Amino acid sequence: MTITAPPREAATPPPPAGPPAARRLGGLLLRQWRRLTAMRTAIVLLFLLALAAIPGSLLPQRSLSQSAVSRYFADNPTLAPLLDRLYLFDVFSSPWFAAVYLLLFVSLIGCVLPRALEHARALRTPPPPAPRRLTQLPDSTRLATTLPPAAALDAVEEELRVRRYRVVRRDREGSAELSAEKGVLKETGNLVFHLALVALLLGLAGGKLWGYEGSILVPEGQRFCNSFQQYDTHSAGAMVDSGDLTPLCVGLEDFRATYEEDLTAASFTADITHGGPGEEGESTTIGVNDPLRVDGDRVYVTGHGFVPRFTVTLPDGTTFDDVSAPFLPTEQSTMASEGALKLPDLGAGAEDQLALQGFLAPTGLVQGGILTSIDPRPLAPQVALVAYRGYLGLDSGLPQSVYSLDASQIERDRLTEVGRANLSAGETMTLPDGTTVTFNGVSEFAAMQFSHDPGQLWVLGAAVAVLAGLLGMLLLRRERVFLRAAPAPGDGGTVLDVGALTRGSGDGAPRFAALTDDLRAVLATRADSRTTRAPSGAAPETGGAPA
Amino acid sequence: MTADQLSTLSDTLFSTSVGLYSLAVVAFCAQLAFGRRPARERDLVGASAGAGASLPPAGARALPGEPAPVRRWGRAAMLLTAAGALTHTGVLVARGMATERLPWGNMYEFATAVVLVAVVAFLVLALRSPGLRHLGLFVLAPVVVSMVAIGLFLYVEGGPLVAALRSSWLAVHVSTAILGFGVFFVSGIASVLYLVRSRYEARGADAGSGIVARMPSAATLDRVAHRTAVFGFPIWTFAVIAGAIWAESAWGRFWGWDPKETWAFIAWVVYAAYLHARTTAGWRGRPAAWVNVVGLAVMVFNLTYVNMVSAGLHSYGGVD
Ligand code: HEM
Repeated sequence: MTITAPPREAATPPPPAGPPAARRLGGLLLRQWRRLTAMRTAIVLLFLLALAAIPGSLLPQRSLSQSAVSRYFADNPTLAPLLDRLYLFDVFSSPWFAAVYLLLFVSLIGCVLPRALEHARALRTPPPPAPRRLTQLPDSTRLATTLPPAAALDAVEEELRVRRYRVVRRDREGSAELSAEKGVLKETGNLVFHLALVALLLGLAGGKLWGYEGSILVPEGQRFCNSFQQYDTHSAGAMVDSGDLTPLCVGLEDFRATYEEDLTAASFTADITHGGPGEEGESTTIGVNDPLRVDGDRVYVTGHGFVPRFTVTLPDGTTFDDVSAPFLPTEQSTMASEGALKLPDLGAGAEDQLALQGFLAPTGLVQGGILTSIDPRPLAPQVALVAYRGYLGLDSGLPQSVYSLDASQIERDRLTEVGRANLSAGETMTLPDGTTVTFNGVSEFAAMQFSHDPGQLWVLGAAVAVLAGLLGMLLLRRERVFLRAAPAPGDGGTVLDVGALTRGSGDGAPRFAALTDDLRAVLATRADSRTTRAPSGAAPETGGAPA
Repeated sequence: MTADQLSTLSDTLFSTSVGLYSLAVVAFCAQLAFGRRPARERDLVGASAGAGASLPPAGARALPGEPAPVRRWGRAAMLLTAAGALTHTGVLVARGMATERLPWGNMYEFATAVVLVAVVAFLVLALRSPGLRHLGLFVLAPVVVSMVAIGLFLYVEGGPLVAALRSSWLAVHVSTAILGFGVFFVSGIASVLYLVRSRYEARGADAGSGIVARMPSAATLDRVAHRTAVFGFPIWTFAVIAGAIWAESAWGRFWGWDPKETWAFIAWVVYAAYLHARTTAGWRGRPAAWVNVVGLAVMVFNLTYVNMVSAGLHSYGGVD
């Protein structure tokens, strides 16, 4: 804060008496603007921002987990729609959250820009003249020396310059004065900090508008290309044109998960190839904490799971080799997974489709007919399958999850159970009509995410500036020291009045005492060297009377 | 020593630390009980009223005007606290050696480290300004309560880290988070005491009996709270930024309003509000102190509730 700046509140002008309507409106606006850019408002808005963020952490958020929100709707059918109307499941993109932070930032800009201008001016102007009454400054004292006034100020000036003060000498009404200042970077730090917050917000907003993200499950041996049609789920900012996505394709060659003895997951790594569509591509390995970064785009491995593989043989001998579908892990510690395999095209028509719904254990243990998973590694994979026959409803027009059967088809008896079995790798189940299903074992899939956020580096730069500004603002001290020299009555020496103003880290007094002690010592040595040169001089007086 | 022996040693040191801190609490109590209103206190008030400085300069170790038993109890309390801090450090060192990783991979270790930072912060403050030793009871009592709660509710056996935590950002992000939290802990306690003490001073209560009379002056407490918060705020800012950088490589986005992130942000905003409040007319003093207390409450909430109850990406707590 500029030392000379009056408090904002005090700057509000008194309302002019009985002005014409336009002026009154102008005055009103000005008053509201002053109120908005006052520090008190900033505090209240900061509090509001903190409060506004709270529901976003206590209620499920769509941006984090769509399924958690759906579950909340199912559990609270009356309350949820009400909350939804208040954007409580999208807090961080809600209009009221935006209103709070935009107000805060308007207040911040309104508060900081004028200060920045003022500070730019202050940087170019020398320290202000000493106040008339130095004794009224928070710290002040009086030094006495046998040196004449000019020599005394010379000595002090030199010492202050060594301490990296900016120093100005002035002559006012016959008495020599000295104004010194240091730590102007404190204010610079403050401005950098606050303006960097604005830059950070702009970076965030830009990243949201021009960024996008897509996720997809990729089984080993398969590849995907960066387009919204391919992704299982994606989100994109308003300015993203789906034709402009980076042309990049990624293939998953091999996925490995390693575990510690106690089955803590130690690493997930994926060997991938990446390159433009139609290209051979480069090979690299990515993993947790180690994404692929190409030209501002990133590809992550965000999870993994297993793909059970089956061979289905129809009674007529037709064989479908290697049919498979990714099963989603329901428990990370054992990788117990669930999923479904839909076979609509067995050639027997829409009413005679086959589906397998099941549970997969990478290392299975069957107890009392129930299959459980006891190890996340695929040591002895087993599946518990239920086979259905009938109409899957895939062409009904309603979207269906790829990972489960449409339960309503089962309820409506459009799909009927035709068999169930627990299978280890290599085992076969035979359905009543003679169809056989053989479990061949598992391969792995990786959950991958493609991210494009053009604001990211900008945000990082702003964050670094925030931190640098903060350190400057909090660690630096702004000090102003003023001295006025007057001839001591009588013996030709000098009396120096010293006063100081400190901003930041409140402890002005001990520092001021140390500074004046040093100045006293400097003056004494100077005076000494003069006396040695002119031995007739009076003994230097070193003690200073406090003001 | 084998990993098992080191783990056992770590657990033994934990109990030892709780014991030493409890004895320190007793000694701090005795110091307060035997002491009349410390003479130093008057100097502090005088200094702060006069020149805006209330922390006595470093090096003024002996507190003149204190009766000998008080000084003896005070010294014993400080020694016990320092010994506790040593064994407390040992808890983490032994844990780290047993698991061959940084000893802050789960909530038990994280919380234990936070409390250690708070104790060390207090020791540093008290060594630099002996007047602050009278805060000992008020810092050490919450420390003992926290340690017991950590031992009872958060304890987990040491184990290897999950894949996502195997990154050098663990050292950067979590260490600074611990440091910031520990410093805010001391700051929050100072503000609570400030609230108590300033009410007492406002009532014009005279030198006399009661623990409050022997606390450092309200001005001193306010200054300690502010200074520690000023120290903690850039550290916390850095911890949040480092967390975001880590999240970018571990989770695919640098900020996603995960509950833990959200509460870290809330805490940051509250501390920013505190720093503003300290320099704003109408907010100085008690209102600002309340903001600081809210800040500490947010930090504790973030450690406990958010880790244990809400499900987010940060669920590495190891507490079921
Ligand atoms: C995003 C919101 C904001 C944050 C996070 C923030 C943060 C901070 C922090 C941490 C300080 C340091 C306080 C200290 O020196 O101890 C500070 C100082 C300051 N802030 Fe802000 N601020 C914000 C918005 C504002 C707004 C809206 C205004 C103006 C109305 C403002 C005006 C100031 C001023 C004048 C100071 C200097 C105080 C002094 O040097 O005594 N800030 N700010």
